[in-house]
Amino acid sequence: MTTDRPHLAVIGAGPAGLAATVAAAAHGVRVTLLDSAAQPGGQFYRQPAAELRAHRPQALHHDWRTWERLRDGLRTHVNAGAVTHLTDHHVWFVERHADRFTVHALLGPEQEDPAAVHADAVLLATGGYEKVLPFPGWTLPGVLTAGGAQAMLKGNLAAPGRTAVVAGTGPLLLPVATGLAAAGVEIAALVESADPKAFVRRSRALAAQPGKLAEGAGYAAQLLRHRVRTLTRHTVVEAHGTERLEAVTVAALDGEGRVRPGSGRRLPCDTLAVGHGMLPHTDLAETLGCRLDGMNVQVDGEQRTDVPGVWAAGETTGIGGSALALAEGHIAGRSAAVRLAGRAPDPREWAAAARTRTRLREFAAALDAVYAPPAHWSELVTDDTVVCRCEEVTGGTIREAVAEFGAGDVRTVKLLTRAGMGWCQGRVCAPAVAGLAGCQLTASRRPFARPVPLGVLAREDTHPTGRGSS
Amino acid sequence: MSSPLDLAQAHPRPAFTVTLDGREIDALPGQTVAAALWAAGVTSWRTTRGGGRPRGVFCGIGVCFDCLVTVNDRPNQRACLVSLQPGDAIRTQEGTGHDD
Amino acid sequence: MTGAACALYASRADLDVIVVDRGPVAGGTTGAGEGNLLVSDKEPGPELDLALLSHRLWSELAQEFGEAIEYEAKGGVVVATSPGGLGALEDFAAGQRAAGVTATTVAGTELYELEPHLAPGLPGAVHYPQDSQVMPALAAAHLVRASGARLLTGVTVTGVLRTTDGKVWGVRTDKGDIHTPAVINAAGTWGAELAVLAGTSLPVLPRRGFVLVTEPLPRRVHHKVYAADYVADVASDSAALQTSPVVEGTAAGPVLIGASRERVGFDRSFSLPALRTLAAGATLLFPFLSDVRAIRSYVGFRPYMPDHLPAIGPDPRVPGLFHACGHEGAGIGLATGTGHLIAQTLTAKTPDLDLAPFRPDRFPEETP
Repeated sequence: MTTDRPHLAVIGAGPAGLAATVAAAAHGVRVTLLDSAAQPGGQFYRQPAAELRAHRPQALHHDWRTWERLRDGLRTHVNAGAVTHLTDHHVWFVERHADRFTVHALLGPEQEDPAAVHADAVLLATGGYEKVLPFPGWTLPGVLTAGGAQAMLKGNLAAPGRTAVVAGTGPLLLPVATGLAAAGVEIAALVESADPKAFVRRSRALAAQPGKLAEGAGYAAQLLRHRVRTLTRHTVVEAHGTERLEAVTVAALDGEGRVRPGSGRRLPCDTLAVGHGMLPHTDLAETLGCRLDGMNVQVDGEQRTDVPGVWAAGETTGIGGSALALAEGHIAGRSAAVRLAGRAPDPREWAAAARTRTRLREFAAALDAVYAPPAHWSELVTDDTVVCRCEEVTGGTIREAVAEFGAGDVRTVKLLTRAGMGWCQGRVCAPAVAGLAGCQLTASRRPFARPVPLGVLAREDTHPTGRGSS
Repeated sequence: MSSPLDLAQAHPRPAFTVTLDGREIDALPGQTVAAALWAAGVTSWRTTRGGGRPRGVFCGIGVCFDCLVTVNDRPNQRACLVSLQPGDAIRTQEGTGHDD
Repeated sequence: MTGAACALYASRADLDVIVVDRGPVAGGTTGAGEGNLLVSDKEPGPELDLALLSHRLWSELAQEFGEAIEYEAKGGVVVATSPGGLGALEDFAAGQRAAGVTATTVAGTELYELEPHLAPGLPGAVHYPQDSQVMPALAAAHLVRASGARLLTGVTVTGVLRTTDGKVWGVRTDKGDIHTPAVINAAGTWGAELAVLAGTSLPVLPRRGFVLVTEPLPRRVHHKVYAADYVADVASDSAALQTSPVVEGTAAGPVLIGASRERVGFDRSFSLPALRTLAAGATLLFPFLSDVRAIRSYVGFRPYMPDHLPAIGPDPRVPGLFHACGHEGAGIGLATGTGHLIAQTLTAKTPDLDLAPFRPDRFPEETP
């Protein structure tokens, strides 16, 4: 392998990272693709474990052909020696030096042994994760995220239970419900808090994406086929059970996003797959000093962050789905290839991707407005409801910190209550804490994107490694 | 009635044995601890430090750290990330996960 | 913390108190410390006297607030990593004993009874039972609330208002003026900025520190444990990175690891080399930590003064202005003594300690 070519480290092998890798490699860049999973695909294209020997994994997926192109593109460049794909690498820190970067990873899944990759530039395609707002009983076993139910299904061919309610808000609920139904799980109801009228209000932006509407219609048809009852403008008010989930109560929402008294109805189930949207992973970017725009990594038209040598693409720059991630990844990879060769790119070379990006960003913004969680979700959180799952901090404790001690932001609530100090470092509870504190959610500072053994941290810089895969 | 294995037409090699708190359970090649425990009808495998409440899978993708379990004497492994090998010993954990 | 303590003691001296902060409670260095209440790291002199006074006052406050602020009278163990180091440590302790500090040399079985998980083969240590710990943000929040002071957070002071003969009559903020005859500069690392607003100066500089926080653990570290070289680091004037291991357990479970000192202005970025050095130092003292995970790290800026003593008391250059800042890494521990002394000067009582060493005007004026 020559070392004249500039070396780009791409972090994340989901749609954005794969599109970026293929684009950069096709234009003369040596790429090291680091990803935490054993196989590429990220969340959206999560593959069943190889040992499960699934002959029809496409049955679990949407838009399989796009995946095949990405997968084959990656394979081609790996075989040609342009790309090294490091699997099971959990990146915990990207270190910036004067003229290069060092990507620090832990080898998974035990994450005890270190690895390091030096590169001229870095492309962050770290994806996103699900937002869930708390409600009484949400910590019962059997309650999991909608994306988690999907991940267990896609990656493990594992079903969460026999009877599921899929609830919350967001475009993810549809494929989760249909996927579980196809896998033999009885879906007691799909409970969506959004108001169908909100779709009508955004119809122009939504209609500009006929493909996405067709996708939605396809899911709706599947739900009909599986006889899934859909309740819109409804929300889960409580999950019931002693040691595990046994039932949920769902209720109707009024025009203001408040629960209508007396509208509660009990649905027996052993699984509740719940989600209220997505949040970007921004830890690596924030630690590098990249400017964030709210919760998103800020990028220019070439997908460059404001830190020289750092690109970002996909959900990390703003939640918008897989097709947007592909467009952004492609542009980022093309930009990196030209910039790392010391030239300025001609944006006309990716004009099609840029048009797609603009349209899909508008579409995502329209969806955000439609799929907002119920305005008064916090009224469902009782003083006894656990809000910080890791440290078991209740709504009452958080409210006391706000009312009695003047805590008006997420960090101060954290200092006074421990909410956000546990293993997950506030990834799950921060939106709820912000809501209860009455403030905007801003990105947290997490210098360690993964927990790091002190023995690893204490070691001298490790030699660059290439535990690659084909 | 379909199952995920049927849906994906999966034909893994035969299941092997692992233990959960000394009790033998089956695991399919490639399955994570979480998946094998679900298949065995188990949905929680640790209790929380403060309230002693049961927890299992929540986010399913390694972000929430709810699914922590002890595997082969290593505590605080995320069950949704760790794949099983024959003979692995899974143990439910409580408190900090450390024995002392 | 210092402002909270000033508010508490001033209000208990029957003064009407308003606390103003451009950020939230514990938004500055208080939210980035470990909560050290130490006598062990101070050589005989004004700072140690202040520490002993503060220790007595913290013990009293612990009766009132104890559990709520995670107060632990756990004691400190200062470890020598070489036989020569142990000799130096014992000499240092002898001087401290003469000043009223309880200090006992421990070696062999005694040391490992105090701290069973310490690395084997250490020559010895000195045990300081008076060292304690508190959770700083909780302490600041509780003290402010207990003071009954009016708390204005998110309000920025933009000027200190003075009459034509230079006396303070209030402060200007971005939300309006506050009329007062007495202003306490408890702005910590930002104390120099506030001094300038009052037409005077105070040479407070930031000294960056990082803390590593581990996963929750059962109690394995029983005291505040640190290596003897810590004292030299505190006293150093070097701007370059100084680190020496400081390890302690907390009531909530995680172990906190420090301590690093660098003068890099207000650079909040995380230095991996500094964090590596902290981890290396801690794992040398406590080998079990090698397998323990760091789940986060935080950064803070200690308020550093050129002679390593804080500024406490009235500013002779600006009648009505008082300073209570510049405590470097000892601000939490020294807050109670500082607040008490400030309350005494505000009410024209003779302060329990001679304030001359802490005079805010003791530094040569900067030539314009």
